[in-house]
Amino acid sequence: MKKIEECSKAIAEAVKLCNVKVIPIYPITPQTHIPEEISKFVNDGEFNSELIYTESEHSMLSAAIGASASGVRTFTATSSQGLAYTFENLFIASGLRLPIVMAVANRTLSAPINIWGDHQDSISVRDCGWLQFYAESSQEAFDTTIQAYKIAEQINLPVMVCVDGFNLSHVYEPVDILEQKQVNSFLPEFKPKFKLDTNKPITIGPVAYPNTFMQFKKQQQDAMLDSIKIIKNVNIEFKNKFKRSYGDGLIETYNLKGKKKAIIAMGSICGTIRELSNKLKNFGLIKIRCFRPFPKQELINVCKNLNELIVIDKNISIGNGGALAIEVKNALFDKKINVRSYIAGLGGKDITINDLEKALKNKEGWML
Amino acid sequence: MELKIGAIIEEPGNSLKNRKAGWRSFRPKWDKEKCTQCMMCWQFCPENAIHQVNNKRIETDFDFCKGCGICENVCKFKAIKMVKEEQ
Amino acid sequence: MILGLNEKEYFASGHRACPGCGQALAVRLVLKAAGDDTIIVNATGCLEVFSTPYPETSWKLPYIHVAFENAAAVASGVYRALKIQNKKANILALAGDGGTFDIGLQALSGALERKEKFTYVCFDNSAYMNTGVQRSGATEKYMETTTTPYGKKIHGNLLWKKPMPFIIAAHNASYVATASVDNPIDINNKIKKALNSEGVSYVQIFSPCPLGWKHESNKTIEIAKLAVESRFYPIFEIENGILKLKNIENPKDVKTFLAMQGRFKHVSDNDIDEIKRYINDQWNRLLELDKSKAKL
Repeated sequence: MKKIEECSKAIAEAVKLCNVKVIPIYPITPQTHIPEEISKFVNDGEFNSELIYTESEHSMLSAAIGASASGVRTFTATSSQGLAYTFENLFIASGLRLPIVMAVANRTLSAPINIWGDHQDSISVRDCGWLQFYAESSQEAFDTTIQAYKIAEQINLPVMVCVDGFNLSHVYEPVDILEQKQVNSFLPEFKPKFKLDTNKPITIGPVAYPNTFMQFKKQQQDAMLDSIKIIKNVNIEFKNKFKRSYGDGLIETYNLKGKKKAIIAMGSICGTIRELSNKLKNFGLIKIRCFRPFPKQELINVCKNLNELIVIDKNISIGNGGALAIEVKNALFDKKINVRSYIAGLGGKDITINDLEKALKNKEGWML
Repeated sequence: MELKIGAIIEEPGNSLKNRKAGWRSFRPKWDKEKCTQCMMCWQFCPENAIHQVNNKRIETDFDFCKGCGICENVCKFKAIKMVKEEQ
Repeated sequence: MILGLNEKEYFASGHRACPGCGQALAVRLVLKAAGDDTIIVNATGCLEVFSTPYPETSWKLPYIHVAFENAAAVASGVYRALKIQNKKANILALAGDGGTFDIGLQALSGALERKEKFTYVCFDNSAYMNTGVQRSGATEKYMETTTTPYGKKIHGNLLWKKPMPFIIAAHNASYVATASVDNPIDINNKIKKALNSEGVSYVQIFSPCPLGWKHESNKTIEIAKLAVESRFYPIFEIENGILKLKNIENPKDVKTFLAMQGRFKHVSDNDIDEIKRYINDQWNRLLELDKSKAKL
């Protein structure tokens, strides 16, 4: 049913529809609306789930790990400093192969302290072994949260669903909220591959010495790369059932056919880029929906006919450059494409149509 | 070695499969005559190397005894004596 | 049953603890008290490292280790997951003093406040042993550790132990207790009591460490006994705020206790006097609380 929803609420609706059982929460701007909406559902009796008011984000993700390891569907959400605080648990959740789904309302990292949106928080943890999706709209955030469980539970890796802080998390848009019946037909009941169970005792989280540790990392890497196939299939299945899809699941393009120039970006900025593309008609948009696993081959295919590529990064690796640009250049290193990169929108700085036009016209420097 | 997903170990208590006694310098010599089966040694062994059958202790499991000497220390009847491993 | 203890073993031999490890013995006893329907949540530390070297495990019960400071947070997640599935099991969160008094305090405080349901067992060997004997909030005064060496200028650790049981009691915990490995039936009873209590219960077990305390491996039980009998380590329970002290009528001389351990080898006569005064003050406070039955 189509409703006008705030993106955060749409995510909360998705969590409710996915029948999530344990939800540890902790407040931090700008993700707080997500646990607030979930709390309303729970306290109104609409949603039977265990809310844990953890005393920090570190304990929040720790509790999520404990719950997921005990065989139940788990969700949590955070941003910025909170994500940074629970850093070690991100790697642990992935290493333990737990299918946790976490929403991240992207916000920059201190210092200076700043509550507004850029991708620094989730980009800075791109090594942790979580899948990462960057949503462009409230609809996509809703759909991706549901798809995230399906993907996570097949591949046994945790998934981050990222929405731009404020620019997307706090925006009201029409969203088609699916019925429970519909979600049930798409997302089956969670059947964990392993769990803490007194009938079948296992040890989770042992010490792995050098002779085996690297093998486990290979398992994780293989799983993450195998997930590319699963992401694509889930995208197709969703399209067949609900008539909505996002490119091939990993990359979406807009107005790219016949163009030699493109702008590549992630998240809600893609909406502005579409608008400019309609206006100028001389370039297309390549939207990276899935940043981890990085869709190398898919990117190479999509850039087949390009001469010029402009990368917009809402993050910066101090001492080098934007993460998306670095990974894009890595994928296209031997292709004859001129790749230019700009850092924009840090700490919530507005990215205007003008800024993007300047980028297209080869503006000096690296900042927009 | 088959590596399970996420490094989980599915066989509970499988540390019993491999003998671990190479580091022992002393071993407990148990005098059955003096032993009153009070079970203090069974109770206090950190390794659970003193097993019991029908609530009575049996000979020390030398596959896992580390030779710490606690059993000798807690025995009130001088029924255990730590002797050098080579003996 | 043997000597009042469950004869079944839940902690398999073949773990890699040091000979004479107080913690290994304590765990063996704690698990006997908890029994079959138990799930273990363990913080990083000696116990976790010596009991789960992949591909071996000494645990015969379901077990999870996540990180150093979050045993109580992980246990909260496990408890809620069981709760919503209408399943019941004993949940034991096991950690050392470092992972409890210091880095684990936040998670434990939160779990207590939320009234999750599990029993938290702290194995108190008064230092970060697994990383090589560094001082923690549980380190006794004048104890030598690698970060509080007995140097020419500063003589070992200069701070008294953090009063952890009282911090737990101040959270309105239903059951808090201290125990020592010299008394297995006491540990057994306290764990059972703790598992049957409301909310998060806490049992702190004095676990001598031959390596860290520099004592002979066969003296573990003797030292544990002397610590209690000299009033150095008071044994008490706090049930719903009311303290009950195990009275030690004619205390042994703490000097004997200190002399058995290399960690106190450098204490001067002045230091010993100070320690004795501290023990006395602590004991009198506990006696007062026990007598008055005042609610903490």
